[in-house]
Amino acid sequence: MSSSRRSRSRQSGVPRITDDQLAHLVSKLQHLIPELRRSRSDKVAASKVLQETCDYIRSLRREVDDLSDRLSELLASTDMDSEQAAIMRSLLM
Amino acid sequence: MNPSSLKSRFTTRFLRALTKINAHKPISSSSPGPGEIFQRYRRIKVAADKSMAYSVRSRRTWSRATLWRLRTRSPRSRLATHARRSWVKTRSTRAASHGKEKKEDGGTVEAEELRELVPGGEAMDLCNLLDETAHYIKCLTTQLDILDRQECTSREL
Repeated sequence: MSSSRRSRSRQSGVPRITDDQLAHLVSKLQHLIPELRRSRSDKVAASKVLQETCDYIRSLRREVDDLSDRLSELLASTDMDSEQAAIMRSLLM
Repeated sequence: MNPSSLKSRFTTRFLRALTKINAHKPISSSSPGPGEIFQRYRRIKVAADKSMAYSVRSRRTWSRATLWRLRTRSPRSRLATHARRSWVKTRSTRAASHGKEKKEDGGTVEAEELRELVPGGEAMDLCNLLDETAHYIKCLTTQLDILDRQECTSREL
């Protein structure tokens, strides 16, 4: 089955992903995810890294949602110019 | 990518958007109703995603996909949505056959799940998906950081 797929012309010229490349990319992800960063000593299975990555992305998006929600209520009563200045100041600190 | 410059590009755009959103004041001076707050919430969410995607521009597949999605949101562009769907289908068929080569590693199901979470993921092969995901996560955490600071600042004022 896979040999017939490889013989199709649009497959030619495309390099196979090496195990090392994949392991490197998975490890890069592993270090970005707080849950997995703690268990740095053991090598984590790729499927677990991917699963945790999905959960992490969902939780990040949820947090952005919650913050947007809170901001929508806060902004109603704020003067934007002084706020802008304050934000910029806090960033440069 | 230098995180501090991405941060400043995002912050500038986002603050500009917030100023515009805040300029939508209600006619009466009384406190805004829940409908108005919900509109503002939606505009802030879009502003956050738009600012981030524009800060990254076309350098990444995920940002290009986000920009495309934002541009073709209106009902007038139903044709563009259809065109994009057929483009995605072609690319994802090609990408899926790449991904299947690594089925023995396990995690194909999780990779599919990840493809749905990362913008443009359905058209990426596994290698690109992992690379784009790492960048996407970095940008999401930057976005979160700025929104968090904005909230703290708003509470202090």
